Amino acid sequence: MDGDIRTNKYDDGSTDFETGEQKIRNFNINFGPQHPAAHGVLRLVLELDGEIVERCDPHIGLLHRGTEKLMESRTYLQNLPYFDRLDYVAPMNQEHAWCLAIERLTGTVVPRRASIIRVLFCEIGRILSHLLNVTTQAMDVGALTPPLWGFEEREKLMVFYERASGARLHAAYFRPGGVHQDLTPQLIEDIDIWAEAFPRLLDDIDGLLTENRIFKQRNADIGVVSEKDIQDWGFSGVMVRGSGLAWDLRRSQPYECYDEFEFQIPVGKNGDCYDRYLCRMAEMRESTSIIRQCITKLRVEKGDILARGKITPPNRGEMKTSMEALIHHFKLYTEGFHVPAGEVYAAVEAPKGEFGVYLVADGTNKPYRAKIRAPGFLHLQAMDYICKGHQLADVSAIIGTMDVVFGEIDR
Amino acid sequence: MSEAMRELGAYLELKQPNAVIATDVAFGELTVTVQPKLIETMVEFLRDDAACRFTSLVDITAIDHPERVARFDVVYHFLSMYQNHRIRVKLAVRESDMVASIHAIHPSANWFEREVFDMFGILFSGHPDLRRILTDYGFRGHPLRKDFPTTGYTEVRYDEAQKRVVYEPVSLVQEYRQFDFLSPWESAKYVLPGDDKAADQKAGAK
Repeated sequence: MDGDIRTNKYDDGSTDFETGEQKIRNFNINFGPQHPAAHGVLRLVLELDGEIVERCDPHIGLLHRGTEKLMESRTYLQNLPYFDRLDYVAPMNQEHAWCLAIERLTGTVVPRRASIIRVLFCEIGRILSHLLNVTTQAMDVGALTPPLWGFEEREKLMVFYERASGARLHAAYFRPGGVHQDLTPQLIEDIDIWAEAFPRLLDDIDGLLTENRIFKQRNADIGVVSEKDIQDWGFSGVMVRGSGLAWDLRRSQPYECYDEFEFQIPVGKNGDCYDRYLCRMAEMRESTSIIRQCITKLRVEKGDILARGKITPPNRGEMKTSMEALIHHFKLYTEGFHVPAGEVYAAVEAPKGEFGVYLVADGTNKPYRAKIRAPGFLHLQAMDYICKGHQLADVSAIIGTMDVVFGEIDR
Repeated sequence: MSEAMRELGAYLELKQPNAVIATDVAFGELTVTVQPKLIETMVEFLRDDAACRFTSLVDITAIDHPERVARFDVVYHFLSMYQNHRIRVKLAVRESDMVASIHAIHPSANWFEREVFDMFGILFSGHPDLRRILTDYGFRGHPLRKDFPTTGYTEVRYDEAQKRVVYEPVSLVQEYRQFDFLSPWESAKYVLPGDDKAADQKAGAK
């Protein structure tokens, strides 16, 4: 469209006479902090020209809890539960990054069974996160049924969390050197039964959304991200894969034992909201397949789930009989373990993108500095860039597919 | 992996002799310490050079070392999705120094630099919008400095009489408990609370 549609221009270059009341200026609105589509406590200051977003200024920090400051005065093990509270949608993926950082500094090798259990629960976390994101994003653009179906499945997955760790959300299950408790054979079988049935639910959600006319109109060609944008704004995770780059840390910089699993990396073509939705759906199917591979391996692979040594507790029986083990247990849970001085950056492919921990250790029992690198922080930063020129209604669709969670952005 | 990192470090030393102060490979990660004044050239080189191509900025943060003259370490992490490698760039600055913003090279540096300013009080020159980001509107102090107390200085509550949220100095019913479990035989280098003999021993030594 050429020129401003609100002013009529005539051949001689003149325009309509305007009274003072007719002269209009851009309209500023506050989107959030309490808005159902803001996915938490996001405050967006939007400058609107009619229904078009001219400028979008996210105000974050409403959920800032000072995690990094608190971590400096607590031992390494006491810091672990803080990671559940970052991205509370997929808690164990965050713990994983923290454990990997400590393990790399201390040179701990995780036992194989623990490693497989970690992969299993990381993938469960990925499904937890994607289920929430896909379905609530659908709700933001007008569909009500998907969240109801998705949450039912999430509930089942959180029961698995509970049966493994004792908690539905704040699990504190991954520990430096392994995982806290072994899984019971019954739990492994139950997860397998669930994983067999889960693709059918994905088919159902697919049937509701993928070819749905309204859903497509609201998502296709909205919030297009190009390869250059990805580099400029530091995107990761689905924001990258939705635009056709097959970048996945599980594949490109393998950690844990991801290199022995077979899985595909789904990529989009157009980099719009709809492709990101399709990527997440396909990733859930891949995760289900990884879960089933884990279960096959876990049935065979028996053994310890913690690398017994300085940074892990002795097993219960030993603690009750051996004096040294008792002293070690006591010292571990009061003083904590010492991590040799050094600095390390450990990143995992969390459901939302690259979640990293930059850990600076000074040789004591507490981290000197720990920086948490949340993927959502960078995604939200690009909000102004991506939203510019979109309609107000598209803002909620874009926030939805960016997959922001304020636990990790505000820290 | 470490071998490739070492080669990359040597390459950087060769190509940017003025900027690079030291390179170090530890735990399979390359750390490059650079001249604070030349950070912009360095970052631009890292982004555009064909062997580096560190096109994504992963993180910017800082570390506070109150005992040093150049108090802060500003730490940048970069990632190359094309070459599949990472790098850490470090520079040391004094409290009064300004660091050049790399916002023009990596737009994503915007919020990271705001966060470092908010948390440590390091100023970035050339930054378009250096506001606080994570802390409250009108917050004072820089929380991640080591001399900032974990409890903070102010607390907020809703005042029924004034019908608004009021800010007050922190008042703790019980003193903030900071447990230090470091073993006195191994690492603790201070006098334990209640250890009367330690003072006597010191006096005796004189």
